[in-house]
Amino acid sequence: MKMFEYMGKELFAKYGLPVPKGRMATTPEEAAKIAEEIGGPCVVKSQVLSGKRGKAGGIKFPNTPEEARKAAEEVLSMTIQGLPVQAVLVEEKLKIDKELYMSITIDGSAKQAVLIASAYGGMDIEEQPEEYIIKKHIDPELGMMPFMARDVVRKMGIPIRSPHGKEIVNIIQTLYKICLEKDAELVEINPLVFSDDKVIAADSKVTIDDDAMFRMKDLPIVDDKSPAERAAKDLGLSFVELDGDIAVMANGAGITMGTLDTLQAFGGTPKNFLDCGGGTGREATAKALDILFSLNPKAVFVNIFGGITRCDDVANAVKDQYEAKGGFPVPLVIRLVGTNQDTGREILASIGVEAFDFMEDAARRVIELTK
Amino acid sequence: MAIIIDENTNVLVMGITGKQASFHTKQMLAYGTKIVAGCTPGKGGATVEGVPVYNTVREACENHRIDASVIFVPAPATKDAAIENIEAGVGVVVIVTEGVPVYDEIQIVAYAKRKGAIVLGPNTFGIVSGGKCKIGIPPNQYFIEGNVGVVARSGTLTYEITGNLTANGLGQSTVVGMGGDRAVGLTFIDVLKMFEKDDQTKAIVMIGEIGGNSEEIAAEYIKEMTKPVVAFIAGKSAPPGKRMGHAGAIIERGKGTYQGKVDALTAAGAKVAPLPFDVPQLVKEALGIK
Repeated sequence: MKMFEYMGKELFAKYGLPVPKGRMATTPEEAAKIAEEIGGPCVVKSQVLSGKRGKAGGIKFPNTPEEARKAAEEVLSMTIQGLPVQAVLVEEKLKIDKELYMSITIDGSAKQAVLIASAYGGMDIEEQPEEYIIKKHIDPELGMMPFMARDVVRKMGIPIRSPHGKEIVNIIQTLYKICLEKDAELVEINPLVFSDDKVIAADSKVTIDDDAMFRMKDLPIVDDKSPAERAAKDLGLSFVELDGDIAVMANGAGITMGTLDTLQAFGGTPKNFLDCGGGTGREATAKALDILFSLNPKAVFVNIFGGITRCDDVANAVKDQYEAKGGFPVPLVIRLVGTNQDTGREILASIGVEAFDFMEDAARRVIELTK
Repeated sequence: MAIIIDENTNVLVMGITGKQASFHTKQMLAYGTKIVAGCTPGKGGATVEGVPVYNTVREACENHRIDASVIFVPAPATKDAAIENIEAGVGVVVIVTEGVPVYDEIQIVAYAKRKGAIVLGPNTFGIVSGGKCKIGIPPNQYFIEGNVGVVARSGTLTYEITGNLTANGLGQSTVVGMGGDRAVGLTFIDVLKMFEKDDQTKAIVMIGEIGGNSEEIAAEYIKEMTKPVVAFIAGKSAPPGKRMGHAGAIIERGKGTYQGKVDALTAAGAKVAPLPFDVPQLVKEALGIK
């Protein structure tokens, strides 16, 4: 779950990290009031879960509360990369002497968290030359010890005993603490700025591990999903909307990707990615099928290779949808093999649906039906 | 031979009294797997499919030699269950559970490394040594004995490809599911090294996917291998920035792309199959079978 910038900063502040003065507003009037409290030049930043807000005009620099009101009004009516702006963050405008970069994320190949730091921040870290990027993997049994943080500061070329150096040592350790305590798979500050002798987090990107939400009850929930994505998420399934015309469901992320690849290779276009998972029962599978039909596709393609998933459950789900809808509104092609395959096929036969043995044949058939 | 598990492997099922675990215990027994014990706290003394259930893994280990465990407990309890097995000295721990928090995974993997245990998963279908032993959830009929080693990140796609191999008369030495999550116990290189040393294995099928860089890292080792490698990479059609189900399957900041992986593997001498059902033909060619 990605958090809005203002939420990330609230989280940072709770952990004692330095953030700019200010807070979130959802109306121009609130924005003006916050600007008045700040009492000087401000920044009004659109709160959307996308980068490139500045380029899209979603960041303004008002000097007075009245200007802040106008800026907020304008920004709150914007749509940035398809996302409507529903809130702004109003903050003091910082005096920026230097911009740095700091993040902790998961390195899957090292199977560890990794701290990434650079004395040159502000832009996309991937665009920095390799020699300006410092990486420190974090041994989970040791954690981020003070000496490790000091060594990162040294490599950034910042004097360890300077006010900046001491603060960055603290920030590095605190960020790792946040990662562990909040199950954050990404915390990123870009830019981290030097403002006179202070070091301040001028931005925040925090992503919480979706798999850990069960133990993160005190965090606000950010919902940036479309209705179909939301419905799939509620069923515990993984769903991504695409822009083709064949709605697809398969059981397993790899085979779902393989199914989309196959359709595309044969000249078809998938409308979505829907992994109906392993061991999803009859009822949830029926609901997942309902999501596919709700996308108004030209055809529906179900590709099941049952391991923990039982073919009879899938077949019954297909039958349930068939009966609930009084027949299918668009053609449904199903490939069904694996655990309890014979029972599953008998059920399908009872509603006149024939299952394919091979993905290749089924994929060709469904594309034929959409031409 | 075969790698990691064989016909002599004694297996414990963690959470054996659960619905999925008991169903798959039956399936594994039918495959010929030696399941000697189960463990569910509070259900000690019961039996499931004739297998005795213990309250703790230590208790099971006092009564049986346990070589491998398979974990079927809910995600919030998985770290405890996995570490309980590693701590008791079990050498191979197969974690089927999906949705385990990534920091729990990191801890499990680090502890296993310290204790010298092999962890498959989390979020794996398991491991099968063709005709000898199956630990996990794949359907039995598609896995037969032979000389093709298979290593994969994702489950059902592996059944698909292994099913195609079997239909073409190509049996498997061992089929290894590393797991679809970001922090899993093994890397492609770990498994490729085992296959390279294994007498039974004559060719290797590697099933990867977009995201991360483990296929690219593996390509470096493939250059040195004496055995042929055939690869399939899922996610060619995936748009950047969209996570395709697996925690790791996402093209971020231009990294982990399909083409990058294909180029690295091809340069290393591996044959890359464009689609899943193209794999058997490439394996036949690699083995010199007409």
